[in-house]
Amino acid sequence: MTSIFDTPLYAYARHADQETKTPRRHPVVIIGAGPVGLALAVDLAQKGVETLVLDDNDKVSLGSRAICFSKRTLEIADRLSFGQTLVDKGVQWNLGKVFFNDRKVYEFDLQAEDGHRRPAFINLQQYYFEIALVDRIRALQQNGAPLDLRGGSKVIDVTPKADHVTLQVDTPHGIYTLEADWLIACDGAASPVRHALGLDFVGRVFEDNFLIADVVMDADFPVERWFWFDPPFNKNQSALLHKQPDNVWRIDLQLGRDIDREAEKKPENVIPRLKAMLGDDINFQLEWVSIYTFQCRRMENFCHGRVIFAGDSAHQVSPFGARGANSGVQDADNLGWKLHAVLDGSAPEALIDSYDDERIFAAEENLKNSARSTDFITPKSHASRVFRDAVLTLAEQYSFARPLVNSGRLSLPCFYHTSPLTSPDTMSGPGRSRPGAPCPDVWLSDGYLLQYLGNHFTLLCINTAPPALGGDIDPAITILCLHTKDNPSGALQTRYLGTVPSAVYLIRPDQHITARWPDFDATAVHRAHRRALARKPKTWS
Amino acid sequence: MELTLTPNIAAPDDFYAALLATHDGLSCAESEALNARLILILANHIGDDAVLSQALHAALPPKKRNPA
Repeated sequence: MTSIFDTPLYAYARHADQETKTPRRHPVVIIGAGPVGLALAVDLAQKGVETLVLDDNDKVSLGSRAICFSKRTLEIADRLSFGQTLVDKGVQWNLGKVFFNDRKVYEFDLQAEDGHRRPAFINLQQYYFEIALVDRIRALQQNGAPLDLRGGSKVIDVTPKADHVTLQVDTPHGIYTLEADWLIACDGAASPVRHALGLDFVGRVFEDNFLIADVVMDADFPVERWFWFDPPFNKNQSALLHKQPDNVWRIDLQLGRDIDREAEKKPENVIPRLKAMLGDDINFQLEWVSIYTFQCRRMENFCHGRVIFAGDSAHQVSPFGARGANSGVQDADNLGWKLHAVLDGSAPEALIDSYDDERIFAAEENLKNSARSTDFITPKSHASRVFRDAVLTLAEQYSFARPLVNSGRLSLPCFYHTSPLTSPDTMSGPGRSRPGAPCPDVWLSDGYLLQYLGNHFTLLCINTAPPALGGDIDPAITILCLHTKDNPSGALQTRYLGTVPSAVYLIRPDQHITARWPDFDATAVHRAHRRALARKPKTWS
Repeated sequence: MELTLTPNIAAPDDFYAALLATHDGLSCAESEALNARLILILANHIGDDAVLSQALHAALPPKKRNPA
């Protein structure tokens, strides 16, 4: 049987671009066919933007890699029409247990409140996420979307120009030149594009080594996230056990600082460690073993003229908290509609600068949270170890200490309330739906609210409506009127109104709220829409 | 809220004796762990961010403290 890791999904084929005398110019070229690059390609293709993806490989990435996909990522995948594929295949879990030494000290339940289409998390191997995206790309191509995915195409040189970028692409048929109006580098933590441009990537380096193993076993461990601090089978270190589809279990074992990485990766060393953890009587097969260390760092800026970085190429976090792939997909979510608006002329190039503002803000939040988790899991000083153990000891008996236990603060979407695109809050509504927030989902009688939002601007009017429906509103804005009397669960009221009787929300194509008012005001909507597109205010307003 | 840095314990000698008594018979490491637990318990009881950050600052070695 051929493994998925050996199956070309987008094999190299010679392209007409390689024969032209003058290099062909593409509006958007994405480097890297990982989760971030492919998600961005799907988003752009759905919007009709001609998009080319280049990757030096032609297969899924090796091993499970990112395995926790958050609710927000699933909602973005829904907007890109491949969310159900992920949820059908993924493993849903809600319960996390934390152990210290040989005792369970704490458990948490991520059970979401009612009325959300998607769960807090699913576990799914990264390669399934990538396959779902490639399938989605094939479906778009069959419907005539201007989207091209070229494998075996290694970008070996990048030259930024004032209004475009020139690329050298190496293929089995030699090197050819391409031009891109916009180049998006989704080429991972080691980003060759970042290196080619000589750009910085600074931050904290963590010295602890972690062994990561995917094992296939028929074990009846419950579908829960189990995290151990200082367990008997891995003294003074940590361990994680987490279920993936196909009876694959992810095991992370902290190994400490000075180790022989090559030796530790050998099955004769890995298997005894796993037996100590799982018990001698459990049969398992090793599917993938890797040893990693990690860094918490980001580029100073993600936008460099017409070259934009997204995902791990722009920022790298520790794996605790599922903030790598999830934040990368949110980068793509943030960038897609902005590129589209700039390319179709409805927004100035300044809109792209807001990607820097918003996603650097998000990266900072992720870096802060993942560095804090790392400091708790791998204490760097005697005092930090003493307090860590004190928290864990207290947590077993007293609930107050449980919020201090940090085995990874699981990724939540970023609020863009400080963004220059976001208008000030003008109503005393719920904090969770203030301007900058991603829209909270609500079950309506015939579907979920999020299924009606996204891909364009939406004016959501609750218990109110524009006087002459659509009359004074930019035709690019879709109007959606809802009434709380049609929502017996009351979720529309609690999530969008709180104590106020009515509200009007302006929602961006990425389902983030950009402005809200207690009542409809055509001038205010117009102004907030312009602001969200980074258009200069007109003097008349 | 302001951190109380004036006498606030009704029977200071009794409290001090009780504090030392909790450490009776403990090793250095056990005492250190007890102190850490005690700090966390008291910090949670106080709860107030402003008071806690004033307390963290007040506990610094004198030369690391900002002049009052």
